[in-house]
Amino acid sequence: MSVIFLLIAVSTVVALFFLAAFVRAVKSGQFDDDRSPAVRMLNEDSPRQNNNP
Amino acid sequence: MTERFQYDNRIVKNFLFVTILWGIVGMLVGLIIAVQMVAQNTPPDAWYFWIVRPFTWLGELEWTKFGRLRPLHTNAVIFAFVGNAIFAGVYYSLQRLLKARMFSDALGRIHFWGWQLIIVLAAVTLPLGMTTGKEYAELEWPIDILITLVWVVFGINMFGTILKRRERHLYVAIWFYIATWVTVAMLHITNSIELPISLTKSYSWYAGVQDALVQWWYGHNAVAFFLTTPFLGLMYYFMPKAANRPVYSYKLSIIHFWALIFLYIWAGPHHLLYSALPDWAQSLGTVFSIMLIAPSWGGMLNGLLTLRGAWDRVREDPVLKFMVVAVTCYGMATLEGPLLSLKSWNAMAHFTDWIIAHVHIGGIGWNGMLTFGIVYWMVPRLFGTKLYSTKLANAHFWLGTLGIVFYAIPLYLAGFWQSGMWKQFTPDGYLVYKNFLDTVMEIKPAYWLRALGGLLYLSGAFIMVYNVVKTVKSGKLIANEDAEAPALEKVAAEEGGGHWHRWIERRPIQMLVISLVLVAIGGLFEMVPTFLVKSNIPTISSVKPYTPLELQGRDIYVREGCYTCHSQMVRPFRSETERYGEYAKAGEFVYDHPFQWGSRRTGPDLLREGGKYGHSWHYYHMYDPTSMSPGSLMPPYTHLYEHDLDTTTTKKKIEAMLTMGVPYDKEPYSPGFSDRANAHLMQQSDAIVAGLKKDNIDADCNKEIIALIAYLPRLGTDIQVKEVTQR
Repeated sequence: MSVIFLLIAVSTVVALFFLAAFVRAVKSGQFDDDRSPAVRMLNEDSPRQNNNP
Repeated sequence: MTERFQYDNRIVKNFLFVTILWGIVGMLVGLIIAVQMVAQNTPPDAWYFWIVRPFTWLGELEWTKFGRLRPLHTNAVIFAFVGNAIFAGVYYSLQRLLKARMFSDALGRIHFWGWQLIIVLAAVTLPLGMTTGKEYAELEWPIDILITLVWVVFGINMFGTILKRRERHLYVAIWFYIATWVTVAMLHITNSIELPISLTKSYSWYAGVQDALVQWWYGHNAVAFFLTTPFLGLMYYFMPKAANRPVYSYKLSIIHFWALIFLYIWAGPHHLLYSALPDWAQSLGTVFSIMLIAPSWGGMLNGLLTLRGAWDRVREDPVLKFMVVAVTCYGMATLEGPLLSLKSWNAMAHFTDWIIAHVHIGGIGWNGMLTFGIVYWMVPRLFGTKLYSTKLANAHFWLGTLGIVFYAIPLYLAGFWQSGMWKQFTPDGYLVYKNFLDTVMEIKPAYWLRALGGLLYLSGAFIMVYNVVKTVKSGKLIANEDAEAPALEKVAAEEGGGHWHRWIERRPIQMLVISLVLVAIGGLFEMVPTFLVKSNIPTISSVKPYTPLELQGRDIYVREGCYTCHSQMVRPFRSETERYGEYAKAGEFVYDHPFQWGSRRTGPDLLREGGKYGHSWHYYHMYDPTSMSPGSLMPPYTHLYEHDLDTTTTKKKIEAMLTMGVPYDKEPYSPGFSDRANAHLMQQSDAIVAGLKKDNIDADCNKEIIALIAYLPRLGTDIQVKEVTQR
């Protein structure tokens, strides 16, 4: 079963990577606003003159 | 300052078109093998003989038997259909969410053509029997390397786009894409470590139980990070877009993401319950699988509740219909998955059609229906026009939904039903269905209905092709879509000062998640000491490496994809030990590169095949299975009687095994054995042919069949086998 060391090591590395990504994202304020991104993604950003009134 | 730029729609269009193309191909192959599975040996006097003849004729050819087409079907739908759908959706949504064109058009093109090349190579090599013998990872090592390279190209293109974005916030869909990329890269590389002996043949570096664990860690996470996370990202983008309202709870979507990815990685061992895998590893898999219900259902509800107040539009808009069914199927599959991870449930469902139904709820329900919804939403937008026919899209929707129903429900019943027959005892303690084939005969009606379900689903897809072609013709591709967005400002200095822990104290939810992660990781390290116990694999001294002829026979077994219908794993239940013989021990598989435990018993388990039948039985049976088992659904393997065994590989194979620690330099073999391997091989095949002669069979000792019938009677005979009455 020695391969389990490999799997756990690899899985843990990925988990730690995600943990680091999570901490970084939180620190940089990615999740401070948990309302407006859901609304903003609905807006299409085609140039103004092409917008239908 | 507002910047003007253009979105690249051409690459999206390319990926979208091949999604449809490969989807049709993959489903068609699925339909072919579904019919083969129920009709393979239809007698010529049956009224439907000529209806099924095209399919059964394919089943008689060397290259298009079930065992070779099944890997083609799974690889085509997973990596070609779903894979290209992921790329189409990611290339479309990523640009718009980040307000930036893709990092590089050239990389996009390399990614596109590279991925199609991989698919074409798979479509050629799998029917030719070039396979590693590991489910969903069958492609041989040169293609594995190509996959890695193309995946890296995709990664550079995606992360490059993220770096040059004009929107600081990464919408939750992008998090799902990132997790997909990172995890799939890791899974693919870890599971594909193999030792090549030629351009088209390699051996898994891992053996037996270890190989099984790595494979299902990969297999489960392939479901998690190839079929689930990217599609959740797509759901979080396309569903709000199609409904034109924000996702029900953005906060929940973030929790969904983080909880899901931290839990998913550890659930793999639930594929190996009651197997020769150590018990603690099995329990670990179960625990994490059960926990997965929470984030999965959180995500499903988040998707469905996005439509709150808009359900009247679901009635009219086929795009939303497809998405509602897709997300509902996601919910069903993710509830069922944890339940199937419970040992008691698994004891009944494993190796039956239940699992096939389960994965198709995920495959044709979740992945298929969401892809169709996205296609109907995206094509008119890419071509600046309207969908040609809503009516036809609705027809597709109903055919698809009915297809799912007709596919899954009969198979659920068949699984339940057959498992019951396998386990049924008479009052005096004998198996009621002593002959395995009898239990197969009972569920044949379900197989017919399943093929009908597949046909319905596929015909819906053809309607979509027509609708898309018409729509595309009525419009013109907007290859470069104009957009404008303010440039990203430099990040303001981080809110300085204060204790480092302040930021997390203000965020209770995040803190909860982080603590959960730490607990999970901590728990694992607590278990490390148990890993150190060497007794996990009891060494069985009577287990010996395969003889050269048996090894060649085993490679034929792998090449023909026997594992797609036969398991080699007897679980410790009375119903199984009574039918097959002694249950499997971890130490029996130490020389198996790759492991061949299988996942479905369309035919009986073969672990204890040795000692049940003689060489002549196998010789007749492989030529025409119905001659020995009337009514058998197994295709004939006549090509094995025509092809000469390639003995030029023997030396290399023995040397490769030696490299991986298989003791061909110890008793009963000796150092330098690889040079004498072919002499040994000839000796053994001559002996088998002499034995066949006694049964009045004139066999040629150079043919492949001799190797296969050397391997089969050897199976499971290394350890003392209990008397078995009949399988």
